[in-house]
Amino acid sequence: MLAFLIQRVLQAIFVMVVVALIAFSLFHYVGDPVLNMVGQEATEADRAALRARLGLDQPLPIQFFQFIANAAQFEFGISYRSARPVTDMIVERLPATLELAIISAIFAVVMGIVLGIYTALNRGSWLSNFIMTASLIGVSLPTFLIGVLLIYLFAVELGWLPAFGRGQTVPVGDWWTTGLLTTSGLRSLILPAITLGLFQLTLIMRLVRAEMLEVLRADYIKFARARGLSKRVVNLRHALKNTLIPVITIIGLQLGTIIAFAIITETVFQWPGVGALFITAVRFVDIPVMAAYLMMIALVFVVINLIVDLLYYAVDPRLRVQGGAK
Amino acid sequence: MTFNKTLLATAVIGAMLASTAHAETLRWTRSADSLTMDPHSQNEGPTHSVNHQIFDTLLYQDMDVEYQPGLATDWYVHEDDPSVWVFEIREGVTFHEGQALTADDVVFSLNRARHENADMRGLLTSIVEVRAADDFTVEVVTDGPNPLLPNNLTNLFIMSRAWAEEHGVEEPQDYAAGEETYAVRNANGTGPFRVVSREPDVRTVFERNDDFWGIDHYPMEISELIFTPIESASTRVAALLSGEVDFLQETPVQDIERLSQADGIKNEQGAENRTIFLGMRMDLEVLDSADVDSNPFADRRVREAINLAVDATTIQSAVMRGNSEPAGMIAPPFVTGYSEEMDEVLPADTERAQALMEEAGYGDGFRVTLNCSNDRYVNDEQICQAVVSMLARIGITVDLVAQTRSLHFAEMAREEYDFYLLGWGVPTMDSEYIFNYLYHTKEEDRGSWNFTGYSDERVDELTVAMGQEVDEEARNEMISEAWQIVHDEIVYIPIHHQMLTWSMRDDIDFQVQSENDPHFKYLKFNN
Repeated sequence: MLAFLIQRVLQAIFVMVVVALIAFSLFHYVGDPVLNMVGQEATEADRAALRARLGLDQPLPIQFFQFIANAAQFEFGISYRSARPVTDMIVERLPATLELAIISAIFAVVMGIVLGIYTALNRGSWLSNFIMTASLIGVSLPTFLIGVLLIYLFAVELGWLPAFGRGQTVPVGDWWTTGLLTTSGLRSLILPAITLGLFQLTLIMRLVRAEMLEVLRADYIKFARARGLSKRVVNLRHALKNTLIPVITIIGLQLGTIIAFAIITETVFQWPGVGALFITAVRFVDIPVMAAYLMMIALVFVVINLIVDLLYYAVDPRLRVQGGAK
Repeated sequence: MTFNKTLLATAVIGAMLASTAHAETLRWTRSADSLTMDPHSQNEGPTHSVNHQIFDTLLYQDMDVEYQPGLATDWYVHEDDPSVWVFEIREGVTFHEGQALTADDVVFSLNRARHENADMRGLLTSIVEVRAADDFTVEVVTDGPNPLLPNNLTNLFIMSRAWAEEHGVEEPQDYAAGEETYAVRNANGTGPFRVVSREPDVRTVFERNDDFWGIDHYPMEISELIFTPIESASTRVAALLSGEVDFLQETPVQDIERLSQADGIKNEQGAENRTIFLGMRMDLEVLDSADVDSNPFADRRVREAINLAVDATTIQSAVMRGNSEPAGMIAPPFVTGYSEEMDEVLPADTERAQALMEEAGYGDGFRVTLNCSNDRYVNDEQICQAVVSMLARIGITVDLVAQTRSLHFAEMAREEYDFYLLGWGVPTMDSEYIFNYLYHTKEEDRGSWNFTGYSDERVDELTVAMGQEVDEEARNEMISEAWQIVHDEIVYIPIHHQMLTWSMRDDIDFQVQSENDPHFKYLKFNN
């Protein structure tokens, strides 16, 4: 077990370093931050001086090692744009993104499973056909377009929900702020959560439907029916349980994707999360913020994968027998 | 009991009515937030716009971009020494936290803005010394007479020395130091509003400063100002349409028409202090991106042909939907040295342009790359696309490269461009600024935005002289001589002056300011 764990952690660290290297070499092509940091009156000498103060005149390998050394201590420097410590900025913005991601994941999972079961059990009914057709929209329309459409319908035309922002937030504990405890916070959450969750919803729904149809054909379901069990027990206890195994795996992997894809939703709704922070940073070539964000997202994926690996290890006895030799 | 309740309710309602007469909230949005509350560390539009609400400057440009006294009641050149400007400081002004303003705070602020960490320093390079002559008189010594010094002080905000010392922010923040200073998120000014709360990039709340020295000079009708930047253009417009914001700065061109038809919303338009133009690299032997063994741009006839082929009027109607003013010179109308005659746009003439190309030996045309930004100016990429098709008519095959501003300006600064799009605003409202940066030979501290390779001794001489000449008439003559030279040489191809649109609730009385700086102390409600 220990050898397996150490091996996986080492792999995770290796992945992080590779991500850092790729990210770092990309920054070179995003543009020159110094030009965004000075006014048009600044001379070439001013720019060179600022470049030197930021260490951007150093050779790339040296800059990279400096970055890795600092990143290992969770030290990402200060933002070129706002002159504030990057770690503070991310910690401030993280609650907004996590709340949005979790709520939209819950929305996607609950609605996805319910609709998936319904369409599997009522194959061919007009409502099922309608849901299946509508779900195509969820898969094919780009997120930003869904967001814009929802804003125009529910904020501008109907005036029911806010078009932007997170509403009123209240602090919980030392650094967490939540919008879940105020009316305006909850109202603000609805449109972005639907926008972000729609794709996952259709994905889960279609997966549940396909799995369910598969399981319903299985012998043990036929036996269960033959035993005279109620339809309800057959469908929801025997069939659904077996359907959910692959679904749970997908949900785990998709949670990381939701956090990463929150970028677009956050930009459309001016949601003050880390995704919007990243987009602003890209426009400004705010290297410290971009680097920290990419490392954070990489960390999220690495941790999720690590957990999944460990769960497999716990679930699958064959892995234990081979002693982690892969 | 019932009687008491009614009485109480009446009293409460009465009190509410009384207070609403004076309590007006304005919710303001634009695309970007201020970068920092530190007034000297950044020289950037949205940052100045926010700071103008909190701080005061010695003098400022009002809503008609006329110079008005701020914390200085008067300013003039010292009678014995033309290199000294004297500023008389307003008496009885206090900062939000109670400190009294004296000449010493002004001296401190100007020196702080000259510190090497301060981006504002670029506007103050002529200053040698700043001193307080007495408690309410400041003298600024420049390296020779500088008639334009006051023009450079309109975004130079005055801080309290005592406050800065108390919080250890005597110097603007050093990025390399890696720590946030107190001044990044806290501000103590003398201006019309004080900051109640600030979450960067999310929301800043201001309240009216009832002790403001100008409380009786200005309308000051807003009691609470809430600023929420919204980056996405369509969301910004939706927020105004749905009534979640009252005032939208920088209305996207594609939404102007729509907003003008919406109920309860109106647009205000005016000329912006920014001219869009094309630059051509003319000093190289051979252009990097061209397919000929020469530099066509070095030939004035080719530049004239391009000027005739680029049809600013069509760009105005087809690309800008009427929201621009075709230009003949790179100076907006309110700048000293502007002349209607030179700003006149010649009608496009493809035939004459073709004849000129023929004459210059490029009858078969040539190929060149045009570099544009796609997120800096209004419809910048579309302007360039129009230019591509217009130049195709006279045989010039243009390869268009449009990219984000961070790349566009970085490559421009490295002098990699043969043919490029640039926009220019004139914060000092004087032609000297244009000549200094765009026309003067590229040298260490002048001509820093002249990427054309254009160099003319007389223009250089005139540029330096117009920065020092105190006699207005002689100065105006120099300026018009310089404009004539560069106009005849066709150094740049002017396209248009940008227009600025602000949209707002229709009971708001507020006009566009050409510097894109809303001074909310002037805003009025019609109700």
